[in-house]
Amino acid sequence: MAAPLGWLLPGGFLLLFYFYPLAAIFQRSLAPDGAFDWDGVARVLATPYFANVLGFTVAQAALSTALTVLCGLPAAYVLSRWEFPGQALVRAVITVPFLLPTIVVALGFSIILGPAGWINTLLQQAFGLDEPPIKLLNTVWIIIVAHIYYNVSVVVRIVGNFWAHLDPQLESAAQMLGASRWRAFREVTLPLLAPALVAASLLVFVFDFTSFGVVLLLGGPRLATLEVEIYRQTVNLFDLPVAAVLSLVQIGVTFGLMALYARVQSALARPLRLRPQQITRRIPHTTGERAAIALTLGTLVVFVALPLVALAAQSVSTADGFGLRYYTELFVNRRNSVTYVPPIEAVWNSLAFAVLTIALALPLGTLSAQRLMQARWRWLDPVLMLPLATSAVTLGFGFILALGPPINLRSSAWLVPFAHALIAFPFVVRSVLPVLRSIRPNLREAARVLGASPAHAWRAVDLPIITRALVAGAVFTFTVSVGEFGATSLVGRPEMPTMPVAIFRLLGQPGALNSGQALALSTILVLVSISAIMLMERLRWEGADF
Amino acid sequence: MFRKAGLWLTIAILAALFLAACGATPTAAPVPSAAAAQPTTAPVAPTAAPTAAPTKAPTTAPTTAPTAAPTILPTVAPATGGAPRELVVMSHDSWAASDDVVAAFEKANNVKLKILKSGDAGAALNKAILAKGSPLGDVFFGVDNTFLSRALKADIFEPYKPVAADKLPAAYVLDPKFNLTPTDYGDVCLNYDKAYFAKKNIPAPQSLDDLTKPAYKGMTVVENPATSSPGLAFLIATIGKYGADKYIDYWKALRANNVLVSEGWEDAYYAKSSWGGKGGDRPIVVSYATSPAAEVFFSDGKLKEPPTGNVLGESACFRQIEFVGVLKGAKNPDLARKFVDFMLSKAFQEDIPGQMFVYPVMADAKLPDFYSWAQKADKPAAVTADAIDANREKWISAWTDAVLR
Repeated sequence: MAAPLGWLLPGGFLLLFYFYPLAAIFQRSLAPDGAFDWDGVARVLATPYFANVLGFTVAQAALSTALTVLCGLPAAYVLSRWEFPGQALVRAVITVPFLLPTIVVALGFSIILGPAGWINTLLQQAFGLDEPPIKLLNTVWIIIVAHIYYNVSVVVRIVGNFWAHLDPQLESAAQMLGASRWRAFREVTLPLLAPALVAASLLVFVFDFTSFGVVLLLGGPRLATLEVEIYRQTVNLFDLPVAAVLSLVQIGVTFGLMALYARVQSALARPLRLRPQQITRRIPHTTGERAAIALTLGTLVVFVALPLVALAAQSVSTADGFGLRYYTELFVNRRNSVTYVPPIEAVWNSLAFAVLTIALALPLGTLSAQRLMQARWRWLDPVLMLPLATSAVTLGFGFILALGPPINLRSSAWLVPFAHALIAFPFVVRSVLPVLRSIRPNLREAARVLGASPAHAWRAVDLPIITRALVAGAVFTFTVSVGEFGATSLVGRPEMPTMPVAIFRLLGQPGALNSGQALALSTILVLVSISAIMLMERLRWEGADF
Repeated sequence: MFRKAGLWLTIAILAALFLAACGATPTAAPVPSAAAAQPTTAPVAPTAAPTAAPTKAPTTAPTTAPTAAPTILPTVAPATGGAPRELVVMSHDSWAASDDVVAAFEKANNVKLKILKSGDAGAALNKAILAKGSPLGDVFFGVDNTFLSRALKADIFEPYKPVAADKLPAAYVLDPKFNLTPTDYGDVCLNYDKAYFAKKNIPAPQSLDDLTKPAYKGMTVVENPATSSPGLAFLIATIGKYGADKYIDYWKALRANNVLVSEGWEDAYYAKSSWGGKGGDRPIVVSYATSPAAEVFFSDGKLKEPPTGNVLGESACFRQIEFVGVLKGAKNPDLARKFVDFMLSKAFQEDIPGQMFVYPVMADAKLPDFYSWAQKADKPAAVTADAIDANREKWISAWTDAVLR
């Protein structure tokens, strides 16, 4: 693992697929004639509306993040410290929202919470109300609920994976010395968890900060985030200078946050005696423990699964009542369309793109994390996170400008996994880095003293310890790739649609058959994803838990 | 116990999927082939290959593309004989055509058609504009009259007067130089839920004015004109009806009558409408005049007549006209021009309604049977493409202030 090579791969990748396209679109937007044109900046500054948008973006992201962490923490604890049947399924289920197209989640929410949805109809019938009592759609609250819905698995996975290896004796020792359970948690466990907690919050914040579909569809047109505004300015108004300035603001804020985070992180991280999961986990014995676990996870699972169940229920309710008509219809080219692609191919495309994305993102992310741990330059960490902060449409248009002749990757099918890897590999970095930092250096030193080469020491010491984090990174990568819509619809090729693209195509036309098929395909997306995630977690190689 | 069972279940499901995928499409290549990474504008152009990659042994798979940029290659190629050339048609996501219609064109011209769907109408056009000078395709389809001026100003099209130009109804020829040729049109109209109004014993709305009356309070969903093409079309209809100085008053009245604004057609039509069955309760939605016919066609085989009707009063609808044009710098301009002619041919024109749910521009094109359920606006709102281009942003921002803020 030569140092230069460690940088060369992720560096070259970022350069070609991120910085170069971004520079191209910014150059075209802000300096079309060579010299920098201040017009866009001036117009953004002159419009107070954009300041409001920024304010709203930050405020909703902060609130969403705080609530997501609060909701995720108990689940992370239960899933990492306790052993019980169905654990893998619970993990997989709460990860699913991450990969559902927003329009599908919006439909699921509407079926349950809409004015004529399940809950409102139930309440109206039960209490004889004239008006639907719950009016959540198109308010800021539905945005926050949806953000929790989407991101709770980020907290569960990143914090949970770290927690699973904390030595329980530390907390026991504190309790033995007379600390209450709460105090032991607050003063011992929480500080130790801090690096993972900060990492997770930061990722969630970036996601909420750059939120697009959720705000656009559920929040309604009165609420806009920077990302939504960038899309409007680019696609609908074709005002590239304003879009570029807004993009730069979004990237700048994220960079600032990440830079701050890098400082905090190195202050928080401490080498720990990480323990194998088999030792840290317990089987619940008392009824109280079982009830607490059931309650914690039950609430979360019901919250996450209800919209999914609603979609599945709609996908089997045809005009004749229960039936699989929408599923069988998926395989019929009803209009003999030349652009028709059997949905099973969309499933297959999605899986193939996801596998390629994992194959790209895992090495890129691990190499980056490895380098980051040794690097002295603090700004490198925030730089790696920038792809997450960049609007898909900005980047997509950048690809058009930058990847034309002579490179000519513009309409290559490879752009899909490349774009997905670009968005996904920061997840791998964030999952792996806290674990890498907590490995006690004397383990590596011992290996070296005993004659291991650096590569051998890495294989023998680091790899087994980070395996779990790598699996988490792979799961994230999978969900990002399978669920990605924005970039895919811009760079993807129509004859190779992914599942979200195929779902979107079906929802683009009127009629029960179209919406029914879209829901059927969404249900397939959920089932395939749960299976794949469970499989991935099972495939941890030998000695995965140290 | 569970863990083992879960594992095997998972493996079984995935294995079944893989088998199903392979069984269904034995020739499908799920992993992008090497060729895909190459210039896709001419991956199977054998006329170019020998000069581009003389070192490539002829034994390489036919999908292996030349590695050199196709732009530097001569564009001359035999019109007939030899392997087919590839014609790239850039379009928005809604392009559709029947297999046999396309196959006939491909056969007649010894060409392989590649459709490059590039996002919604706005995104696709913007991509074409950004790629000016080295176009992503040969032809572009899907500029509509709300984007016409943007497209013409960007100067990305090569004029071509199609053979059938004289047969085109004058009302649809908005560019006399034929940079862009009209191919189809569709009316954006209000759809309403027939059963809802029958049950409530309220007459269905007849005009735009009705929507502001107390009887129709809280019933209407429109799409945001800043993010949605039918939303913009409906805004323009109200401008055509009430005038550029009065339309805002209409919208203020609509707002007072509790109009709901949705961001996109999918959400408005499925999640907000009372007939979508997805939790919505609004019986009036901005959609297309052909949507009721599509409801029957895609009705799960159950419907004999549409569940929805159109509000067709004077200037209640806006007519979107769609255009096709040859991209400047096209690699196969000759084929691109043939494609423009093809889109005006009887075969293609008659294929349009059943595939894209809009009307063909040629008056003599026959419509499919289920179009008896589709209605057309007699008097769509009259607003010119130039006026739209000059005022689009102003109208949208005034609308945003009046309706959303």
